[in-house]
Amino acid sequence: MQVDAKLAQNLFKLDKQPHITIDQRICATACTRRACLVVCPADLYEIGEKGQMLVNWEGCLECGACMICCDNGALSWAYPRGGFGVQYRQS
Amino acid sequence: MESVECIVVGGGLAGLSAAYGLACAGHEVVVLERGDYAGAKNVTGGRLYLKPLGAIYPELWAEAPFERAVARELLTLVGDGAQTTVEIAASRFVSDKPQSYTVLRARFDQWLAERAAEKGAMILTNMKVDALLRDGDATASGRVVGIRSGDDEIAADLVIVAEGVLGLLSSRAGLRREPEAAHHALGYKETIELPSQVIEDRWHLNAGEGAAQLFVGALTRDMMGGGFLYTNKESISLGLVVGMEQLRKRNDGLESWQLLNQFKELPFVRPLVAGGKVIEYSAHTIAEGGITHVPKLFGDGYLIAGDAAGLSLNALFTVRGMDFAIASGYHAGQTAIASLKARNTSASGLAGYESRLRQSFVLRDLENAKGIPAFMENPRLFRHYPEAVCRLLAELYSIGPEPARKMSKTVLRAVRRDFLHVSTIKDAWSLRKI
Repeated sequence: MQVDAKLAQNLFKLDKQPHITIDQRICATACTRRACLVVCPADLYEIGEKGQMLVNWEGCLECGACMICCDNGALSWAYPRGGFGVQYRQS
Repeated sequence: MESVECIVVGGGLAGLSAAYGLACAGHEVVVLERGDYAGAKNVTGGRLYLKPLGAIYPELWAEAPFERAVARELLTLVGDGAQTTVEIAASRFVSDKPQSYTVLRARFDQWLAERAAEKGAMILTNMKVDALLRDGDATASGRVVGIRSGDDEIAADLVIVAEGVLGLLSSRAGLRREPEAAHHALGYKETIELPSQVIEDRWHLNAGEGAAQLFVGALTRDMMGGGFLYTNKESISLGLVVGMEQLRKRNDGLESWQLLNQFKELPFVRPLVAGGKVIEYSAHTIAEGGITHVPKLFGDGYLIAGDAAGLSLNALFTVRGMDFAIASGYHAGQTAIASLKARNTSASGLAGYESRLRQSFVLRDLENAKGIPAFMENPRLFRHYPEAVCRLLAELYSIGPEPARKMSKTVLRAVRRDFLHVSTIKDAWSLRKI
């Protein structure tokens, strides 16, 4: 089962602005490991056509693993605003 | 600025437990929860060990919306192409008062929030706290005087910080350190719907009873961690816990989400989830640092409780956190009541919190387990030993075309091959530390 299909089962309340932003300069120059690609359980990170890191923050499970594992502080990560983001109905 | 006696940041088990106690004593307490409802942002494996709570809010638990009382404990050692399961079902697990229950947090935390609200606690949902306010400039070690949420500031005599494992607010306010990969694990799971009868048949359970199954070995590909499976009333929680430091260093193209799919596809897991429908996918960070990474628990105007204080314990056979959250929340609440009565919510008036936790199971269990986090860094625990046990058993149970070897020879050869090395003998010696 693909991650997208799993995420589709979750209830997300989407904000207009992202709660994760990537400093492309740090990401492109200082980071070799790109741990975000490995750790994100929702597979939200991907490398764009120009080689830049992209994050599909809409499907974020709010675990914070990418923030903890980012080597060089390229991620600015906050919880979504109150009432937004994933709303777990089981868990 | 609006002002209240006590603010609780976070409507999870620690925060709600503190708020319930304060409200019972007639104090003005406001819980700020960023989710749509209490439990909307929480994830457990999971199971709650109720026995340690003993005298904490005994009136509550009889009515709690538990899923199943855990009657069967299974540990599956996973090798390459073989696995073996140890099972223990003891009457003491479920007799009279069961020692542990599986829970689902959305249901459970909402229920506890309702109980706290009945006693007079104000639970404000959809309210994300953006900062803890400190006296003087933000970087100073001034007293915590309240919170900011959006454009609103609320002052309080006391702030109970129960914001969860990431500790974003408390680390930014200088009350604790930011979480580090080396002392945390990633937990993620699927909630898979199955009819109650199927669950009871599949795990050989009496009505209402549940099973907890842990998996350790090849499934985590040499990384610290393992798989878990908990039976709920009409679903199972199936997931993985993997050490973050080891995960982030993978450079073989493996991604965390794939690992869970591979786990589900193992031939002995497939029949467990067959016919089930995934109804939720969730993830959470887990503190694994043990007592040496518990921050300072109190200071002028604040107390820290639950996951925000790193209060969780992975002890191989038992994985705990929610009981620590409820107990630390309880003790935070009781400390708050005493300090508000004495009109001293400075550090000197709140020091009783730490002594209370030191006398309770919370810091005693963590103290007794202080050798475990280092012990768990041994990669052989997560690959070599499960594999070695499976290999030996597979050999003992195998019949081939050739005449069989003497049994003692098979065993001795396996012991020499897998258990009598300098490293394994050192491992045996290191057992004394746990």
